[in-house]
Amino acid sequence: MNKQVTKKSMLSRFIPFIGSLAKRGIAGWLVIVGAVLVAGIVFMTTFSAYLTPHNPSAIHPENILLPPSAQFPLGTNDLGQDMLSRVIAGGSTMLQVAVLSVFICVVLGVPMGLFASYVGGVADRLFCLVMDSAYAFPGLVLAIAISAMLGTGVVNMALSIGVVYVPSYFRVIRSQVLSIKEMVYVEAAKTAGAKRRTILFKYILPNVVPSIVVVATVNFADAILTAAGLTFVGLGVSIDIPDWGWDLTNGRRLLLSGNWWVITFPGIMIILLALGFTFMGEGLSEILNPRLEQ
Amino acid sequence: MIFILMTMVFAIVRILPGDPVLLHFEKRENPAAMEAMRRRLGLDKPLWAQYFDYIGGLFRGDLGKSMKDYTPVSEHIFSAFPATLELAIFSIVIAVLIGIFLGVEASKAYNRPLDHLLRIFGIVTYAIPVFFLGMIFLMIFAVMLHWLPAGGRIYPTIEPVGLIVPLSQPQGGFYTHLLFSAIAGVIPFAVCLVYFKAKEKRMTRKRIATSFVLFVVIWMLWTIIGWHYMSIGAIRIQTGMYTIDSLLEGSIFKLVQSLRYLLLPALTLGIVLSGVFLRLTRSNMFETLRLDFVTAARARGLKESTVTYTYALRNAFLPVLTMMGLQFAALLGGAVLTETTFSWPGLGRYLVERISFRDYTAIQGAVVLFGVFVSIVSLVVDLLYAYLDPRIRL
Repeated sequence: MNKQVTKKSMLSRFIPFIGSLAKRGIAGWLVIVGAVLVAGIVFMTTFSAYLTPHNPSAIHPENILLPPSAQFPLGTNDLGQDMLSRVIAGGSTMLQVAVLSVFICVVLGVPMGLFASYVGGVADRLFCLVMDSAYAFPGLVLAIAISAMLGTGVVNMALSIGVVYVPSYFRVIRSQVLSIKEMVYVEAAKTAGAKRRTILFKYILPNVVPSIVVVATVNFADAILTAAGLTFVGLGVSIDIPDWGWDLTNGRRLLLSGNWWVITFPGIMIILLALGFTFMGEGLSEILNPRLEQ
Repeated sequence: MIFILMTMVFAIVRILPGDPVLLHFEKRENPAAMEAMRRRLGLDKPLWAQYFDYIGGLFRGDLGKSMKDYTPVSEHIFSAFPATLELAIFSIVIAVLIGIFLGVEASKAYNRPLDHLLRIFGIVTYAIPVFFLGMIFLMIFAVMLHWLPAGGRIYPTIEPVGLIVPLSQPQGGFYTHLLFSAIAGVIPFAVCLVYFKAKEKRMTRKRIATSFVLFVVIWMLWTIIGWHYMSIGAIRIQTGMYTIDSLLEGSIFKLVQSLRYLLLPALTLGIVLSGVFLRLTRSNMFETLRLDFVTAARARGLKESTVTYTYALRNAFLPVLTMMGLQFAALLGGAVLTETTFSWPGLGRYLVERISFRDYTAIQGAVVLFGVFVSIVSLVVDLLYAYLDPRIRL
């Protein structure tokens, strides 16, 4: 009975806003545009095997650094690889890393935030101290340090990015729980003799979910940019897999001799992907959580 | 807080897998030599001993020896640091200027097309990888138009040397110098007394004691610093920041050159960061412009630009200042990538270079210095905040 009530209340919060997104003015349109961008890129990456005109990894010494033409609409790089095919197929690593790292963040950050804020006392202060010092630190530098030690690969990259962004989840969750904890209905549940676990997961957690969604969406964009940054400093995954980050890194050397097409298109793809998530996060935060905007 | 950070960095660098010894050997075929190398690098000691060695060294300003070429890490880091500082200062100034200007425009055009356009600009700056923007600028301004150099800090032979004032050798020995230095101390002492008099405050014993302490401190400092420079024979002030050094040297040519090299990296970082300031200024100005005192200022017939930029902006600036402190960490992260893009010889590039060698001590040192830098900036921001906001007293 109890379970059904919470489920229904969650659904009744989500369904209307999906239906009336377009009526919400700019915020709604931001979410729609962002979702379309992200969905398009995910679709393109997933079905890249059928969409690419050439093999994105095949090396052709006879086609080195050709400018855009009818045969190669986006030109070729210094290995003779077709840039159009690489642009279509190059999102997979970045998407994997982003999804995995956001997952790691949620799995680590949310329970930590819930625990610290609900228990309070010394544990809370200790958590806060560690999290605040990590938060104040340049995220990319920390990610670089961790990633340099862990080595390359999708999982290691996701780990080093995930760990860096845990504090931002922790802080949001903690501040939310601290205010929700004082609300009357939680007080009532306590008086009625509800267990601590019940209060935490059934009464408080559902109210925190919207903030988690907002933070996670914005975090996707951060994770993508950080992944691109890690690849740029030479900590990316192996070069057999087409990757926009690697193309950018590789293109930097070629740029000075005027080969603009090698960097331009992968860079635009990264921007589009990050933009999609940022648009979504921006719109969602305005719709779900008007207080967060202020 | 710095301490916690140092511990975290140490843990990350040492506990995670990876062995610097392997870098010095092609294959693992000579265990004895590898063991010797390990001892030389201090890696044979237990972890806690390495930790205390490291912390102890930090207090002495010693960041350990590089595990690649055995040179002291602090030497490399302190020579790379001014380059990063210079880049950081210029880019945050650019970011704040762009952000505030566009933010004010957006708040005036609230909910009109210009506002939405600027909002999109803010989101795009958030989503663009800083090194991609840097490469676009490189492509346009350096490769295609040849207006600006494509990387580096300045061309090699003309590094500015800073201010050099030759001094005569000290005459009459240390005690004469000590005596004459007292003159330097007397001046602030007198100023102090006159200040108290002018404010018509009572000459309490405490105030006189304060003035006297000031006198002694300045006397001693003047003596020591003066003696130091006189025995060298010249005053030499070199900040390592090329723009300031060229100013000190009085060379306009070098100043222009160093600005030419600095412009693209600073602009890249500045534009990427400006989005945050834009959005903050916009929301704050929107609220401030509707307050009574702004209406009153308008009613008195002041120019619109005076009202927005001197009256309203002063109020809306405080959150921007807080944000400057918070964004500094992001700025340093971006600086790592910008420095790599533009071959800017700063801390970030040093860090990236050393990563491929698994040079533990160098990575640790660079990361710790980044942390110290962020902490100092947040302290300065707090002090500035107290100065600008009369409601906060230290």
